[in-house]
Amino acid sequence: MIRLAGAIGLLALISVPIWLGNSYYVNIASQILIWAVFALALNVLVGWAGFVSLGHAGLFGVACYTGALLIVAGWGHLAAAVAAIAVTLVASALFGVLSLRTSGIGFIMITLALGQILWGIAYRWIDLTNGDNGIILRARPQPFGVSLESPSAFYFFTLLVFLCTLASMAAFAKSPFGISLRGTRDQARRMTALGYHVWLIRFAAILFSGLFSGVAGLLFLYYHLYVSPHVLGLPGSAEVLLMVISGGSGTLLGPIVGAALVVVMKTVASAYIERWNLVLGAIFVAIVLFMPDGIVPGARRFWCWGRNSLRELIAAKGENLS
Amino acid sequence: MSVLDVRGVVKSFSGLEVIANLDFSVEAGERRLIIGPNGAGKTTLFNLITGEIAPDQGSVRLFGRDITRLPGWRRAHLGMTRTYQIITLFPDDSLLRNISLSLLGLMPLRWNPLIRLEKLEAITAAARDILTSVGLEHMENRPLRETAYGDQRRVEIGMALAQRPRLMLLDEPFAGLSVDERADIKELLKSIPPEVTIIMIEHDMDVALEFAERISLMHFGEMVFEGSRAEVVDHPRTREIYLGE
Repeated sequence: MIRLAGAIGLLALISVPIWLGNSYYVNIASQILIWAVFALALNVLVGWAGFVSLGHAGLFGVACYTGALLIVAGWGHLAAAVAAIAVTLVASALFGVLSLRTSGIGFIMITLALGQILWGIAYRWIDLTNGDNGIILRARPQPFGVSLESPSAFYFFTLLVFLCTLASMAAFAKSPFGISLRGTRDQARRMTALGYHVWLIRFAAILFSGLFSGVAGLLFLYYHLYVSPHVLGLPGSAEVLLMVISGGSGTLLGPIVGAALVVVMKTVASAYIERWNLVLGAIFVAIVLFMPDGIVPGARRFWCWGRNSLRELIAAKGENLS
Repeated sequence: MSVLDVRGVVKSFSGLEVIANLDFSVEAGERRLIIGPNGAGKTTLFNLITGEIAPDQGSVRLFGRDITRLPGWRRAHLGMTRTYQIITLFPDDSLLRNISLSLLGLMPLRWNPLIRLEKLEAITAAARDILTSVGLEHMENRPLRETAYGDQRRVEIGMALAQRPRLMLLDEPFAGLSVDERADIKELLKSIPPEVTIIMIEHDMDVALEFAERISLMHFGEMVFEGSRAEVVDHPRTREIYLGE
């Protein structure tokens, strides 16, 4: 059943440019996938490690800026991408060393501060980052000579990266390391007594999360061909956190659903509804009220409840007839 | 050589001294019981031995090695394991997964982010053996939260055994159990190989006195008396502390 649903979902994703037709909507689909990669990266921390970060847009932005600066400096796209990921990992390591000194609200505040420091650097170090004007790129990369300039081509490129990310996350979730990470979230004391280095596991999780945040940042750069301090700001960190929480943290599907919800509201619904922010806020309130675990776990629960109720109804009718 | 040697350990919380210049040692293969009223510092002593908290003064030696400043997770790799007074397991995971986590704790494989845990047949087989040894093989796939409290205590002891310990610290393993469950756990503890040294904190004297060869009496963070079952039961300090005589 799950495999069938997965195959249908994959077919639907592959055929998006066909059934959406309009390049505007194909571009929105690409944006959803980019944000889904970012949300999946943050989900490693929020869902599986139990640490809420409000500075992840900083890591996302580090990859954007490093990639943009190196490409503008004349580096090839591949070398720039590798260097951008490496720099993002270094930044993630710094995040980890500083933020893992605490947990809970302290962790949130430190990541928020680190994210804002990166935003401040991007905004004020004008000689390097061009300040508020940002950095513009001329063209998207051409992996193996394939142009990514058309919306469909870029969509398929993004889809490929998204599927690799999803496969990595799925493997990670059921691997010894993924299960150990969840163990540190639930029972850190017990895990220490069992011989696990809890700090190092969490640190490695931040690196893993930073790696895919960097990948998402590069996709964002290639999509927009532009980066500005706005990318690293607190609204970006809060938005991706909302995607994870609204979709369902600690699940694979949740961050993807959350990303789709927020991107569709921001891009599609905003064209028809002037106060789209209000609608999005109302949706979040409804999620908190009726599905506090998020859309995906909530929908699963409603599905089970509906199925069981139907079975009971059928059984009761059968008894009445007999 | 002592398995465990605690010398001159002092620990205070916010100026309140809870462990006061405490000396304590245990020989290999011993079954040692630590008794004392609530607040005597028994669990704090366990926490100092396992490295959950660091002493203000004094030293802790395990198998002859000074571990006073060694992190808790590394002590587990030296062959020390513990159970908790309040069960702290992984309620959403199956019994098999709980035991597997315990086995993984001492393996480099725990860092692997790619292989599915279920595909690691050697770990699954070892976890099944452990579940069989604690009599829970018939419910290996049941989530822990759906098992009885007594069975959870068995899982906890199974997890401790999965670490192939040389020293086990059991913090009130009979707490909260029914009479039948106590008898079961007592039998389970008796089946632990004699080469494994066991230190146990327990309030249930009927069960604990039968289990232990030597008993240490703690009071206000000090080791008041140490001796055989008969010596401790007859000692006036025991009567004074427990009965107020």
